[in-house]
Amino acid sequence: MKKILQGNEAIARGAWEAGVTVACAYPGTPSSEILPELAQYKEITAQWSPNEKVAVEVASGAAFTGARAIACMKHVGMNVAADPFMTLAYTGTKGGFVIMVADDPNVHSSQNEQDSRNWARFAKVPMLEPGDAQECKDFTKIAFEISERFDTPVLLRGATRVSHSDSLVELEERQAAPIALGLDKKESSKYVMVPVWVRQRRIAIEERMKKLEKYADEFPYNIMEINDTKTGVITSGASYMYMKEVFPNYSYLKLGMVWPLPKKLIAKFFKKVEKIIVVEELDPFLETEVKALGYKIFHGKDRFPNMFELSPELVEKSLKGKSYKAPKIRVKTEDIPKRPPNLCPGCSHRALFYSLKKLGTFVFGDIGCYALASGPPLSAIHTTICMGAGIGGAYGAGKAIGKEGLGKMCAVLGDSTFLHGGIGPVMDTVYNKGYATTIILDNRITGMTGLQEHPGTGYTLKGEEANMIDYEQLVRALGVKNIRKVDPYNVKETMDTIKEELNRDEASVIITHNGPCMLHRREKRKFQFPYYTVDTDKCRGCKSCLDIGCPAISWIEQEGTTVDGKNRKGYVSINRLQCPGCGLCAQICKFDAIIPGQE
Amino acid sequence: MMKNNKVTNILLSGVGGQGAILASNILAHVFVEAGYDVKKSEVHGMSQRGGDVTTHFRYGRKVYSPLIKLGDVDFLLSFELLEALRYINYCKDSARIIINNQKIFPPAVNLGLAMYPEDIPAMFKKHFKNNVRIVNGQEIALNIGNAQAANVVLVGAFSQYFPEIKEDMWIKAITDLLPKKIHELNIRAFKEGQRISSDK
Ligand SMILES: Cc1ncc(C[n+]2csc(CCOP(=O)(O)OP(=O)(O)O)c2C)c(N)n1
Repeated sequence: MKKILQGNEAIARGAWEAGVTVACAYPGTPSSEILPELAQYKEITAQWSPNEKVAVEVASGAAFTGARAIACMKHVGMNVAADPFMTLAYTGTKGGFVIMVADDPNVHSSQNEQDSRNWARFAKVPMLEPGDAQECKDFTKIAFEISERFDTPVLLRGATRVSHSDSLVELEERQAAPIALGLDKKESSKYVMVPVWVRQRRIAIEERMKKLEKYADEFPYNIMEINDTKTGVITSGASYMYMKEVFPNYSYLKLGMVWPLPKKLIAKFFKKVEKIIVVEELDPFLETEVKALGYKIFHGKDRFPNMFELSPELVEKSLKGKSYKAPKIRVKTEDIPKRPPNLCPGCSHRALFYSLKKLGTFVFGDIGCYALASGPPLSAIHTTICMGAGIGGAYGAGKAIGKEGLGKMCAVLGDSTFLHGGIGPVMDTVYNKGYATTIILDNRITGMTGLQEHPGTGYTLKGEEANMIDYEQLVRALGVKNIRKVDPYNVKETMDTIKEELNRDEASVIITHNGPCMLHRREKRKFQFPYYTVDTDKCRGCKSCLDIGCPAISWIEQEGTTVDGKNRKGYVSINRLQCPGCGLCAQICKFDAIIPGQE
Repeated sequence: MMKNNKVTNILLSGVGGQGAILASNILAHVFVEAGYDVKKSEVHGMSQRGGDVTTHFRYGRKVYSPLIKLGDVDFLLSFELLEALRYINYCKDSARIIINNQKIFPPAVNLGLAMYPEDIPAMFKKHFKNNVRIVNGQEIALNIGNAQAANVVLVGAFSQYFPEIKEDMWIKAITDLLPKKIHELNIRAFKEGQRISSDK
């Protein structure tokens, strides 16, 4: 039976068909859909891990018993998981062990654009790269076979246009994993990575790579298509799809396995085709390797960009150069107002960042929905690096500036981000006597990536009740003495509390409470009024309320006067359908022009 | 029907919450059922945060690229005027255009920092002449009971371009994809959409 599936759904289906029993991930675009999909299968223990390092470790332990296991993450997740990953490349595995890593060319929703293929070369493990949903399923399945046959973790590379595109997939039945479960104490020299044994495994890696190189030449998804023998293209994944679309008559060597490369197949392709072009998104990974084999290529990164993503028009333009005829421009669409993502109406983050903005605080920010407060009109975040980085940053800045910095800066991060990478730096701040204030925005869920549970929500991925982290107890155990809770919607209280803690020459943690994500299904904040509205008689058109960038508030330009005769250039209006009644704007209005609405 | 490998390109665009995703799922359901190869990509996915939603939908005997090439759109199905205009250069000269007659102001317009472009239908008519259809989706949907069904009204209007696809295939897609309690409303919305476009 054929069914239309998203790339991520197809990966999940492939893992299920392959007999996977343990699957873990930390969410991250564009990989987040895989685990919820896997969670539907009763045969699979599917879980959200607190971060990618833990996910890889859990999956590796499962694979050591002979089970088939998968860990999934976005590209930057590999940075977090790199420590276990780089050494798991040495130990190898017993059961099939696949790490799925989804790249984000063009940085649709990430903090950088790294090319994950480099991990394969770096760690000396094989990597497969599907180009559509059918391949997502097929490659996932074969990845487990390769893992067992060659005793290695296998990387499966996704990318936004593959992971988030839907196409037809042939469904098959689930097969039980082939290896009997068990732990063997006699295998310590393979799994205990102390220097004597590491050296043995180091040699084993090289032997494995040799075998894998041979296998690459027979790998069924490294496919040579000979058409026009003048021009041939070495490519993979989505790049193949774009090229094939625009240049259907060229010959192709489509690599399903992007590491190691099939040397004999490449030699054959160079023999059969006159001019070879290498087309790939991001780094010149294939190009460098093909050149290192001694071949001259006709075109590669001299024509194609080494950043952002490719598209059908971009491959055409890159290759045709001056002879490319751009389609006609009917309207200059760059000038059309954009719709950038924004914090939802009523979001508790907006209220908190409004307070920080009023205080003029330098904010060491982090990754999450709240990063949306970095842009205008709030412009209240001043650094964003990676998950958890803000706390260490604020602490380090305090060490550099000394007492002068008191009262001026803080770290802000979300609940999921705090559990992912925020505990270590809070510990450091206390231990090394820093004064950073950390504000945890506890909106009760992993918001940005689509509302995933985490250890602070009290529920698992499968919807079962679970232990719920008590942030207060947790940070107290780290040695934090100053722990405060604030209602972010109460601007005055929030500002007073933050001010007090910022000026304290000691580590503090402020936790927001009763501010669940507006999209949260289980937890809702009950606001006092159903919505707010504008008393247009009173609104002076001062625009203060527009400073919070609430999507429900709009400006209406119309010269006139208030009831008491004050001139105004216009007034604001609140969209009743969008306004949840959080009341932030009403606290800002100095003229009492924003008033509660009635049902 | 499928002798040559002509791939048809449909671009759907709108604002989060308008139901553009459901519309593209209906198309996928219908064209898969009709025996085509299909690829569908949601290109901008910040819909939950008030962003725009754009879906590239392609069908044919064999479809490679998940993305439509700039200038190759055969059909533009748009749920909001500004979001239609944003993709005007994606269309072929011969493209058929269906636009929901609704304006949703983007933030810069709300804040008084930019103007919402005027008379978007006229801009389309200038370039695409009689191949442009402006549908009062909200109004029609409201008349039959719920403005939320505007997206399915649009799908109904759109279905007229595909006479080879029988009405019951569209209806089956709607009933397969939506919860039972809103079947009746959406089937009516679909039929209303079909009707207005054939009246024209
Ligand atoms: C290492 C790493 N893993 C995953 C992500 C993807 N990611 C970005 S924001 C975010 C979740 C943030 O959740 P939370 O901290 O609770 O803040 P919220 O979005 O709910 O405000 C995730 C998982 C990432 N950027 N980096």
